[in-house]
Amino acid sequence: MTETIIWTVSVLTALGLLLSLVLFWVARKFRVEEDPRIDEIEKTLPGANCGGCGFAGCRAFADAAVKAGNLDANFCPVGGSEVMKKVAVILGCEVKEAAPRVAVVRCNGSCANRPLVNTYEGTQSCKVKAALYGGDTGCLFGCLGCGDCVAACQFGALSMDPATGLPVVDETKCTACGACVKACPKRIIELRPKGPRGMREFVSCANKDKGPVAKKACANACIGCGICAKTCTHEAITVEANLAWIDPDKCKLCRECEAVCPTGAIHGVNFPKPLDKEAVKQRIAERKKKEAENV
Amino acid sequence: MDKLIVSPSPHLHSPASTDRIMLDVIIALVPALLVSFLFYGWAQLIVLVVSCVGCVGCEWLIVRYLMKRPAVFSCTSALVTGILLAMNLPATAPWWMVLIGALVAIGVAKMSFGGLGQNIFNPAITGRVFLLVSFPVQMTNWTMPARSFIEMDAITGATPLSVIKEGLKSGLSIDEVLAANGMDMSMLLRDIGGSSGEISAFALVLGFCYLLVRRVVKPWIPLSIVLTIAAIAGIFHAVDPAHYTGIAFNLLTGGVMLGSLFMATDYVTSPFSKWGGVIYGIGIGLIVMMIRYFGSYPEGMSFAILIMNCFVPLINRAFHQKKFGR
Amino acid sequence: MSKITFSIGGIHPHDSKLAREARIEVLPLPPKVYVSMFQHLGAQAKPIVAVGDKVKAGQIIAEPGGFISAYVHSPVSGTVKAIAPRKDLAGFNVMHIEIDVEGDEWAEGIDLSPELVTAIPEDRDFILDRVKMNGVVGLGGATFPTHVKLNPPPGKTAECLILNGTECEPYLTSDFRILLERTDEIVVGAAIMQKVLGGCKCVIGIEENKPEAIAAARESIKRLGYPNISVAVLKKRYPQGGEKQLIDAVMRRQVKSGGLPIDVGAVVQNVGTSLAVYEAVQKNKPLVTNVMTFTGSTVPAERQHNYLFRIGMPLSFIAEQAGGIPEGTVKLVSGGPMMGKAIANLDAATVKGTSCILCLGEETRRHKETPCISCGRCADACPMGLEPFLLKKLYAVGDTDALEQNAVQDCIECGCCLYSCPAYVPLLDTIRMAKAQVMGIIRARNAKK
Repeated sequence: MTETIIWTVSVLTALGLLLSLVLFWVARKFRVEEDPRIDEIEKTLPGANCGGCGFAGCRAFADAAVKAGNLDANFCPVGGSEVMKKVAVILGCEVKEAAPRVAVVRCNGSCANRPLVNTYEGTQSCKVKAALYGGDTGCLFGCLGCGDCVAACQFGALSMDPATGLPVVDETKCTACGACVKACPKRIIELRPKGPRGMREFVSCANKDKGPVAKKACANACIGCGICAKTCTHEAITVEANLAWIDPDKCKLCRECEAVCPTGAIHGVNFPKPLDKEAVKQRIAERKKKEAENV
Repeated sequence: MDKLIVSPSPHLHSPASTDRIMLDVIIALVPALLVSFLFYGWAQLIVLVVSCVGCVGCEWLIVRYLMKRPAVFSCTSALVTGILLAMNLPATAPWWMVLIGALVAIGVAKMSFGGLGQNIFNPAITGRVFLLVSFPVQMTNWTMPARSFIEMDAITGATPLSVIKEGLKSGLSIDEVLAANGMDMSMLLRDIGGSSGEISAFALVLGFCYLLVRRVVKPWIPLSIVLTIAAIAGIFHAVDPAHYTGIAFNLLTGGVMLGSLFMATDYVTSPFSKWGGVIYGIGIGLIVMMIRYFGSYPEGMSFAILIMNCFVPLINRAFHQKKFGR
Repeated sequence: MSKITFSIGGIHPHDSKLAREARIEVLPLPPKVYVSMFQHLGAQAKPIVAVGDKVKAGQIIAEPGGFISAYVHSPVSGTVKAIAPRKDLAGFNVMHIEIDVEGDEWAEGIDLSPELVTAIPEDRDFILDRVKMNGVVGLGGATFPTHVKLNPPPGKTAECLILNGTECEPYLTSDFRILLERTDEIVVGAAIMQKVLGGCKCVIGIEENKPEAIAAARESIKRLGYPNISVAVLKKRYPQGGEKQLIDAVMRRQVKSGGLPIDVGAVVQNVGTSLAVYEAVQKNKPLVTNVMTFTGSTVPAERQHNYLFRIGMPLSFIAEQAGGIPEGTVKLVSGGPMMGKAIANLDAATVKGTSCILCLGEETRRHKETPCISCGRCADACPMGLEPFLLKKLYAVGDTDALEQNAVQDCIECGCCLYSCPAYVPLLDTIRMAKAQVMGIIRARNAKK
């Protein structure tokens, strides 16, 4: 009995020792030399592996950043400036300041304003739907409502509003990784600077049809009338292919364009007070009058 | 007129549906069920009802309250599992045992993998094997077929396979075993004791033919299992008839017919391609005969199918459809 | 001759040739036509008329926009009203020429008489030029410019011209009707194409469910005396009319993945194309008319029609002529029920390739998707030998390498997988996406080389 125990213990111990030696040797032999900074940077990064930076994941980003030795071409949209500053400390280099951005939906054709003209029946995927036909509303450019963007978002920042049939961005969760932008076959989601205290103006429409066609399809469509561009005193608005676009760098958030837009396609968000359209219109009229007198 | 529908092509669908397929399988099992009632009477009916209610109820509860996706509930599929499980159990099995089998089959083997279409192992067989290893006494106490429906107090005993196995283990030859038990080979084949699904090869083959006509299954898997078993049994029996049982005995006893016709052909847990199916069948045949001839269990159909179930993903990777122009 | 068919997969949908007895009727002219600039495969055609121009029927109004492209002719006489984007049947914007119809005057040099002209021009280039200048495109569905297809690249010769009269899709009867009513013209058209291709043999493939057409074609070939043209009787099976499947059935040769029919010595043309070639070469008549079917499960028997229509007629006008969209219709399809496109915009204009307005009832609704039970029926049905269930899974995980290995690019989008799936899994929807993605990758790789 005792003999058996002794034998068992000694054989197992010998086996354990032998195998640990083998393992030790293998680990030495096949060790990959790696810059320790890669690990450090990876730990600093958010670790969502969302691919928003353009790399396959956080590790790939760290690898590329260490190889480049600077952060000129690399930016983690999820972590933002704060994380990038930490990464810069590890790498010992400077980091560019980048304004935090957020995804905005360039479509406000809700169920009520953009009537359905047919019923879609097929795989609930915007990609499949977009490849098949122009969509179940008269608008060729707007949201298809199947939620590919919602599925693409890893941060749970997007959800479909059942009342409007449009995606809604939760600004507190959005990291501007750009996954939704890539997922949307109609390219209606745009990454825009968050703006001071989150305030920003944008054209919530992507319709490039001519005015009457766009108007017929959707009551809230940008009809490319150009009134906003004419009104804007900061030259922030351009109208191209029947569609207005507000340059966020030039916009001074005066909200005049929002007030004059005949279809309500321009949206302002996070402003402390609701827009008093009449007051703004009056202000514009007075300014125009003055300008006319000056000329 | 309402708004027209727009959808990608094709705009037609064949009359086939999952429910219809499952219904066909149930119809195909009816002859074998009838025969088992004839042999075992009411006890068999109780086992069947408990098993079916257990399987369908368990699936519904899990789908409804655990997965919270009532849409994936498939009554017919659970029913097939229930019937197959009942046919794998002795008619003497107490109701609570059948219920445990049903819970394991649906709850563990099927739903924990994600439900219909996701399971790796055949649910009914998993349930049976669980019972076999948990309650070996009840599970091997087979009722001898009653001569008529009225004769309720049937005799219980061991299956021919286990009789021979036990005899061989104690060093006797097959003839000696038979002599010791006062039986001969033809009698064994006529009055096969066993689980209800094992008793009438003819009824099972009849049901399977219905499935073939309805194009629900293809014959490759059962054919390769049966041929493999026949080949192995033929060779061994020819070399040493004293210690190895023959072809007819091996094909008609135990779960070979039920297993190869209805359990191994389960869509979800079998390879989809013709040659993949053949390899799968040969594997099952080999394992069955290894267990029967050299293993300690008298019967190995359930184990063989479960073992080959593991290889299905690999087989599917190796065997592909013949592609056009390649 | 024994019945032949292709070797892999295939399905047997219900025949439903409801309009087979309806003779071809000529539709009246609508007040306006809209001629699409995108009626063929390849580059969009470029308009060469201006708003306000007077045009005659058969006059060229747009020229090819590239090598693979085609001329477009005015189907009517009248005034060009507008040249502007207009929604096609899928609701996409496509450039259209809008013409107000005034009278019915044809351009000079077009022979509108019904006499059969059997004398085939000697000059090969003359024939090809006529086919090109008259804007003939393949009418089997893909609308590939015919003059390109009839002119094989150097080093490759056609051994067999296959005329596709299979019409394997349910409901469609337009090819059947022209095979019955315009048999001689189709046969002469085949002889013309034979000549262009250097005197190869010609086989007219017709499925067994059209015995009248088979008899008519055989009788016509015998009467006109073309020893080199024969009729092959094919088993009824979908997708027999697929180019690769038809070559496989008739010649027992399989076109390699990514290859063209000419690689195995085959040229496939639809019977409708043959008729168009006949009219273009013998009558100098451009492709401005075609035959289509108005049919469907909701259409009563007396309202099943086969129409000779002018290209550019709005679909809504044709539906009106047929007595409106019948009660109970939930979906309209342009083309057959297996590969046709659902009509999102009934005001869209007909194009050269329009073959059918199909009205389908409740049976066309998609069922709710249930879990895949790995029955393998999709793989059994796939005529290209693919494994649709596997392709769908691979697309879901985004493995494009594996998709390419499993030949998603070979998919012909016939719909057999979705048709036969008992779990109603929308296989083709995603496989189409996967195919587009992999084709893009392959194209980018080839461009790099």
